Amino acid sequence: MAAPHISLELTVNGAAHAVAAEPFSTLADVLRDTLGLTGTKIGCDAGDCGACTVLLDGAQVCACLVPAAQLHGRTIDTVEGAGPQGVTDQLRQAFLSHGAAQCGICTPGMLMAATALLTEIPAPSRPEIEAALGGVLCRCTGYIKIIDAVEDVGARRVREPAVANPRAETDADTFGVGRRAERVDGWAKVSGRELFGADAAPEDALWMRVIRSPHAHARFVIGDFAPLMAATPGLVALVTAADVPGENSFGIFPDTKDQPVFAEQHVRYRGEAVAALVGSRAALAQIADSDVPLAWTPLPALTGIEAATAKGAPALHSARSDNVLTRGRLARGDVAGAHAGAAASASGTFETGFVEHAYIEPEAGYAVPDADGPGTITVHASTQAPYMDRDEVARVLGVPKEKVRIVPTACGGGFGGKLDVAVQPLLAVAARKVGQPVRIVYSRTESMSSTTKRHPSRITAKASADAVGHLLAYEMHGDFNTGAYASWGPTVANRVPIHATGPYKVPHVFNLTRAIYTNETPAGAFRGFGVPQSAIANETLMDDLAEKLGLDRWQIRRRNALGRGDTTPSGQVLQYSAGLPECLDALKPAWDKANIDAAAHNAIDARYKSGVGIACMWYGCGNTSLSNPSAMRITLGRDGAVTLWSGAVDIGQGVSTVLVQIATEALAIPGLRIELNATVGDTGTTLDAGKTSASRQTFVSGNAARLAALDLRSQLLRFANAGDDAGIARDGDALCFGTVRRIRFADLPAMIEGFGTYDPPTTALDADGQGSPYATYGFAAQIAEVEVDMRLGTTKVVHIHAAHDVGRAINPTLVEGQIHGGIAQGLGLALMEEFIPGRTENLHDYLIPTTGDMPPVSVHIIEDVDPEGPYGAKGVGEPALIATAPAILGAIRHATGVTVRKVPVLPHRLWELIRQLQD
Amino acid sequence: MSAYHRPTTLDEALRIYAEDPSLKVLAGGTDIYPGKATRAAWGDMKHQGILDISRITHMRGFTETPTDWWIGPLTTWRDIIDADLPPLFDGLKAAARGIGGAQIQNRGTIGGNLCHASPAADGIAVLQSLRAQIYTCYWNGPETTQNAPIISPMHVAPSFVIASFIEGSRRTKLADSAIVTNISVSGKGRGYFRKLGSRAHLVISIAMVAAVFDWDERGNVRTARIVVGACSPMAQRISALEDILRGKPLDPALALPEHFSMLTPIDDVRASADYRRAAALQLVKDVITEAAEDQRNVRR
Ligand SMILES: Cc1cc2nc3c(=O)[nH]c(=O)nc-3n(C[C@H](O)[C@H](O)[C@H](O)COP(=O)(O)OP(=O)(O)OC[C@H]3O[C@@H](n4cnc5c(N)ncnc54)[C@H](O)[C@@H]3O)c2cc1C
Ligand code: FES
Ligand code: FES
Repeated sequence: MAAPHISLELTVNGAAHAVAAEPFSTLADVLRDTLGLTGTKIGCDAGDCGACTVLLDGAQVCACLVPAAQLHGRTIDTVEGAGPQGVTDQLRQAFLSHGAAQCGICTPGMLMAATALLTEIPAPSRPEIEAALGGVLCRCTGYIKIIDAVEDVGARRVREPAVANPRAETDADTFGVGRRAERVDGWAKVSGRELFGADAAPEDALWMRVIRSPHAHARFVIGDFAPLMAATPGLVALVTAADVPGENSFGIFPDTKDQPVFAEQHVRYRGEAVAALVGSRAALAQIADSDVPLAWTPLPALTGIEAATAKGAPALHSARSDNVLTRGRLARGDVAGAHAGAAASASGTFETGFVEHAYIEPEAGYAVPDADGPGTITVHASTQAPYMDRDEVARVLGVPKEKVRIVPTACGGGFGGKLDVAVQPLLAVAARKVGQPVRIVYSRTESMSSTTKRHPSRITAKASADAVGHLLAYEMHGDFNTGAYASWGPTVANRVPIHATGPYKVPHVFNLTRAIYTNETPAGAFRGFGVPQSAIANETLMDDLAEKLGLDRWQIRRRNALGRGDTTPSGQVLQYSAGLPECLDALKPAWDKANIDAAAHNAIDARYKSGVGIACMWYGCGNTSLSNPSAMRITLGRDGAVTLWSGAVDIGQGVSTVLVQIATEALAIPGLRIELNATVGDTGTTLDAGKTSASRQTFVSGNAARLAALDLRSQLLRFANAGDDAGIARDGDALCFGTVRRIRFADLPAMIEGFGTYDPPTTALDADGQGSPYATYGFAAQIAEVEVDMRLGTTKVVHIHAAHDVGRAINPTLVEGQIHGGIAQGLGLALMEEFIPGRTENLHDYLIPTTGDMPPVSVHIIEDVDPEGPYGAKGVGEPALIATAPAILGAIRHATGVTVRKVPVLPHRLWELIRQLQD
Repeated sequence: MSAYHRPTTLDEALRIYAEDPSLKVLAGGTDIYPGKATRAAWGDMKHQGILDISRITHMRGFTETPTDWWIGPLTTWRDIIDADLPPLFDGLKAAARGIGGAQIQNRGTIGGNLCHASPAADGIAVLQSLRAQIYTCYWNGPETTQNAPIISPMHVAPSFVIASFIEGSRRTKLADSAIVTNISVSGKGRGYFRKLGSRAHLVISIAMVAAVFDWDERGNVRTARIVVGACSPMAQRISALEDILRGKPLDPALALPEHFSMLTPIDDVRASADYRRAAALQLVKDVITEAAEDQRNVRR
């Protein structure tokens, strides 16, 4: 029940406004809904994320916590304004040149927090910046480039305010491969104009709210909706499974579509959708879940791998009587024999919990019926996989794929969590039912409780080596809790056995995995598909072996590191790029110094112990042994406009920029600027570039973009009758071919199109997991330096050194951004993040790193060029994260003597282990 | 229709509140809005009418009198950080700097922290170490039954020492339709505060310690008030230890586990009970160590 509206006069970005508002609504509501200033973002609506930070009379506040009633006569500055003394504009330019905005959802909040700081302290110190930005969470950048940008404005290194898209003045020559080009979509992000899932919808869109199960396992009966409908003006429809026209199920693989869009009488996890309300926003705000006629019968829930695999455990799905969704396997050589003949063996059991993606943008979007012709549905949503979404929605609606169009909005972070559909089928079913546009915005808790997580794991492994530390055998059994539904469980089960040894030469390997159903939140894709979990096991065992054999931990890794010409456990010979030895060599000076420093420190400090750890990783780019093609199109119009039509969704990592850089390099026409199509990933106007996952877009779509640009170039040469080696350059309104021919754009054919497709060469795996599952692998090594308070069990990461073989850094700024952000997520995985259904469903109980948690990071980019990659490039998105957690665990062990086999290493857990060791 | 009131005087506020005791007082809103979001997440859409007291501006800020410091309940954390205060308030300032981020510090109030009465409220532990007196007020209407001093014909104004004001987790002695109108602090000494969490910013305490120490010219403790928060439904004075410290030089070795027996920490997602107990002891030792250093520096 809302109080009557009150009239407010307020000044926003220097302009006076008179508005009417519900007094208990918030400043964020007034800005976004009444004034249309959607640059202010909502990530949690609870003060926890700071995305909504604006200035109220000059002081930074969370717009989601300020009552509208308090706004009369106040002055507000938002990201849309220049800021006091133009400070916000100055920051914008610095954010652009530093690559401080990745997905951009936190950027408005960061800009405003920084504006408040710089207005008060014009040249702040780094700790002052960290403190002032401490209330804004960023999940993409690891904060480093953001703080750099603010520091630069403070130090007046960036003076020029940016007030228009600076790319307008950018010459194509500065946009080639290897350049630190500014993001092609950067201006939208730093100006607050980027439209994310919650930022736009048609005027006549109805709102949708999903009713979700509060129980982990239950039966339910739906009662009569008529009384509620009759009692609630503005409530247009209640949507349930009965309204799903096609298949009421979705899932990643054709044989694992086991999750209902709306549950039917039976729910398998807390947060599962059972029904939805559709109507005016005001009407929905009045209806409590308890008003909806649902009768629940809670049932005992299977929580955890052990319960689900116990003898006699009830089956979640009838097709899997043992609750094992799928198994993975890799076998090579004679493991038992090799263990027996080894000089040293090490083994252990390792546990990880659910980890939440915690993208700052909760899922949101809208669906419009019949927008592209009768019977069509157009879904606008924040997604990583528009083409998969399209196929899924078509199946759910029971219509041909051509009837469904997915238009991705800007994506405020994904990390794998937006690879599964969430709002898409719900919106489509509702819009079809009511015949009108329908929109939805998930709350933070809804996002966290209903969408996928990183798989919890229990991994038992054993590694053996000879007397000088050469690995002989590796054996692993890994169980992965896939939650109530399959999602990407099969991918995790298949990818882990291939990677589980770590990036080492191991002749005898036997790896088994299982993905197991439980009554918990579905686990899906999250940056690394199970490899971050298995890396914790193998890297700890490497430290164990080093200790047993009296070897240096760097040394044992260097000795075993996979390099060019070596054979992987799946029997694949690494013909080309495999730069792990180079990564390790790059880190050696830092390793030696850090060890000396730690020893010196520990000699004099009994309480705060320093430790150094090291870990390596590898990661196959692209799908495992599955075709995953990408297609790109590039056009040249008679107006001289070159457009790259990209279907590869940019989730903040910067693939749009990378593709333009690659295409610019391939097209090689100085003076000609390549634009990106307006809606990247629109299934109506782009070709299928595949999903943005598996660190594949730079490698796979990059190749497609290169081929498309080369195709365009050769068509131009043909049209001009010029030889293949003729140069092309732009000259005003014409193209010059060599020194002889000049053709005006207006005289070109109406539209010249170049096409490129690429599918990485892989082979199928046999029953023993042998084959060439990936065309290329990314490699990395990282060192963590930590300081542990031995009395309180708290760990502070004081430095990370990261060496990554990326093949070729198409854009070093973006590569560094991926590495920083991955390290922040790895740090969270190691030290603080643990999703527990029903208990850590918001961003104050589920902790992710803040500005003050990030250490300095020294990045070493290693370029072992891969001839298969575009200009030699490989992926870096997932590799960034994998080595961090094991390196931190190694450092904790070095500092304390305690081997941690369970993450996160919360202070109380480490304290307990230290106490056990001391007793 | 649920109401939203914005009175400009205390009188008006109390009268409105007396007429509708179901109203929810709102100061900075930094507890109220997150609470609303938490309820709405699982389909509880109700919210109470609001009595917004933020326009009663005289209830904000510090006032020094010959005997006391008065702190208005609407004083924000940022006001506390910026105020020019004696070392007695160093603990309060340290707590203020550690609450939320700058956004929360700019809006959240000490009165809201007090009345929300969370077991992990940093402000409450500090106020307890300061032995604050809490002044409340409600309208002396016809239904008033409370047996309390009547300071004006219109107002009933019970006051409480902080320790008795907090009744338990999220429970205070605030009477129906009563508002906290003032907080008073007196005494000498130097304030301390330490909090422990799993990350750098925006963190709810796993355990926290607030303390006030005063010492004589020889460095012997005259006053020691030590409070541990987040380890029981309400913050606890560690009186046994205070007694032992009194009359001696500040020495962390005097703090022993048995002094903490009144704590009843819980196991939850943030930490285990055993750990909270041990951490409380360690934080207290750290605070005593810090105070001992200050004592030496002050003397030098
Ligand atoms: C992101 C975030 C981080 C936080 N971090 C911390 C932290 O680190 N430590 C911590 O202790 N707290 C923390 N909090 C909680 C909160 O910010 C503080 O408790 C704050 O001081 C509350 O003040 P307020 O004015 O905003 O309260 P409000 O939300 O306005 O009110 C809180 C409660 O007090 C009542 N109330 C307020 N004033 C009065 C009065 N004068 N008389 C009677 N009743 C009154 C209200 O009715 C309500 O029940 C955090 C909150 C957020 C959102
Ligand atoms: S939306 Fe306001 S703090 Fe997250
Ligand atoms: S750029 Fe900060 S959350 Fe994505």
